[in-house]
Amino acid sequence: MRGGPAHTLPKDPLMATARRRANRLTPYLFVAPALLVLAVGLLYPIGYMVWASFLDWSPSQRIGEAEFVGMRNYVGLLGDASFQESVRVTLVFAAAVVSIEMVLGVGLALLLDRQIRGMSLLRTVFILPMMIAPIVVGLIWRYMYHPSVGVFNRTLESWGLEPIPWLSSPDWALASVIIADVWQWTPFVFILSLAALQSLPRSALEAARVDGASEWQQVWHIKLPLMLPVLIVTALLRLIDAFKVLEVILVMTNGGPGLSTEIVSLRIQRTVAEFRQLGTGAAMSIYLLLIVLVLTVAMFLFGKWREGRDARVRARAAEAEAA
Amino acid sequence: MPVIELENLRKDYGGATVMEGLDLTMEDGEFTVLVGPSGCGKSTTLRMIAGLEDVTDGRILIGGRDVTDLDPKERDLAMVFQDYALYPHMNVARNMSFALRLQRMDKAEIDRRVRDVAEVLGLTDYLGRKPAALSGGQRQRVAMGRALVRDASTFLFDEPLSNLDAKLRGQMRAELAETRQRVEKNMIYVTHDQVEAMTLGDRIVVMRAGRIMQVGTPEELFRRPRNLFVAGFIGSPPMNFLPGRIEEGRVVGEGFALPLGPGRAGGAAPSGAVTVGLRPSAFRRAADGDIPFRVEISEYLGATSVLVGRLGTARVQVEVDTPAPVRVGETLQLGVDPDQLHLFDPQTEAAL
Repeated sequence: MRGGPAHTLPKDPLMATARRRANRLTPYLFVAPALLVLAVGLLYPIGYMVWASFLDWSPSQRIGEAEFVGMRNYVGLLGDASFQESVRVTLVFAAAVVSIEMVLGVGLALLLDRQIRGMSLLRTVFILPMMIAPIVVGLIWRYMYHPSVGVFNRTLESWGLEPIPWLSSPDWALASVIIADVWQWTPFVFILSLAALQSLPRSALEAARVDGASEWQQVWHIKLPLMLPVLIVTALLRLIDAFKVLEVILVMTNGGPGLSTEIVSLRIQRTVAEFRQLGTGAAMSIYLLLIVLVLTVAMFLFGKWREGRDARVRARAAEAEAA
Repeated sequence: MPVIELENLRKDYGGATVMEGLDLTMEDGEFTVLVGPSGCGKSTTLRMIAGLEDVTDGRILIGGRDVTDLDPKERDLAMVFQDYALYPHMNVARNMSFALRLQRMDKAEIDRRVRDVAEVLGLTDYLGRKPAALSGGQRQRVAMGRALVRDASTFLFDEPLSNLDAKLRGQMRAELAETRQRVEKNMIYVTHDQVEAMTLGDRIVVMRAGRIMQVGTPEELFRRPRNLFVAGFIGSPPMNFLPGRIEEGRVVGEGFALPLGPGRAGGAAPSGAVTVGLRPSAFRRAADGDIPFRVEISEYLGATSVLVGRLGTARVQVEVDTPAPVRVGETLQLGVDPDQLHLFDPQTEAAL
């Protein structure tokens, strides 16, 4: 530290207080630009949407001309069978894809967590589907599901089996869509699980082997419990995404046949574009936002809870160390 | 308790041979210490015995049974790891009982065993805690406890004390020595610390670069090291090595000329050149001593002092009884008993 007059305390105590206050404010000043971008780019559109959800608004009107209807859009949706069906389809879709992807992704990671020649190439190949634009994924699968020229039905035919109406039957369409999503997003679960597996303490696994654990018992008693925090966050991330899925289904089935694959985001799109009810669409978006928000908050709280628990455990260890 | 035999054990890592033809027999109920500098293959040897490391060639026999290609769980071993390797998500009781639960042992019996061992190790109050909420010493005890409840035929220790601070290490070493008296098992202990090796081992295996340099009791290694490496590795402060040659029943070098004991003259290299090994404790202050020694550094430890000075140009450490601190710059007269003299062939490094 240098000494000198520049570092002596200011004589005026009022000045000192002012300077301290300015120092405290500095960080907020630095954060301000980012906050501004956030406000304009995120909060303004959301506010706009919230406002629109209280209006009876058609695309031919300016927002100022629309009639204010209070909670009517929200209440109306609660009794709307089509909306309820879309929520049901979304829940089934999200639950199915996340469960299947978790099982497959974690399973693959457990199988491929070893030193094999060419493993890094294999990993890259595995995560490729994740890199493809959802629109393209939708198109690829639509062609593969094509009733007469698609690869699936041609293969079935060549085996002498009945073709399956992949996208044209209400009984099959949701399953077909789920398969495509599983194809695209299992790699996401796989890669996070693999990272979690590879960061597990090697010696604990060796200790388990010496303690007599079989491969399966190591997975069940050591690997999965230790991976659990990562798995929970991964599942929540996938759930959030699954609730927001749009493009793949839009391209493959556009919600049909009937309402069999019409998820909430497609319902919103139709309400706005086809039925020209911007206010109702906005209210649906708010409902969807709330579902996703609950998941996000759950994830956040889970993180907080873990942090708090770890801090308590560390405090006890420090106590024990001192004793 | 079975005899453990290593027969011509070899280990390659990606084309490089780190161990070539190791032969070793560990007797029934013996505490064997594998000691050596890092990279000498001691941990690899232990891990091969445990079954955690593949054997490139050779055989491992436990009680006459060839276990070379068996899984760790089929070898009836318990192991304590350097970083303890506790299961982070299980509390102390569940960590200790893991192996027993896998064996589907009766719950009451598991409970009894865990309580007994926890009692002995002073862990009773911590059975419900996770490892992260324990101190380093407590974690070490849990790792020991996990091995002890197993009642396995053989215990393997991979540098179990090296993560502890010096004071705790001394304390745990004493506890380990005590445990060893109580538990009649084969124990194989790996360390780089020659003090641990000397204080704990019934037999010590000194290793270097994948080879066994000498096997013997602590006393044998200290009194009759078979080569320069063992002589320099065992003992603290380490042995001094000085160039010298044999002349008419004496060994002569820069700054010293010491009489050889009867029957020690033979075996020197043709030129008569030898490497003289003198432990710091071999020196004694004697009015009739024939080595004048000027003190350059004086480390007063209380009852004894470690003094550093020179014989000729070679730096030498001397450990002598000191009623009072020795001042730097003082010149002492030192003597050496002939039977404290070690001679080595400068070429082969073998003891003469």
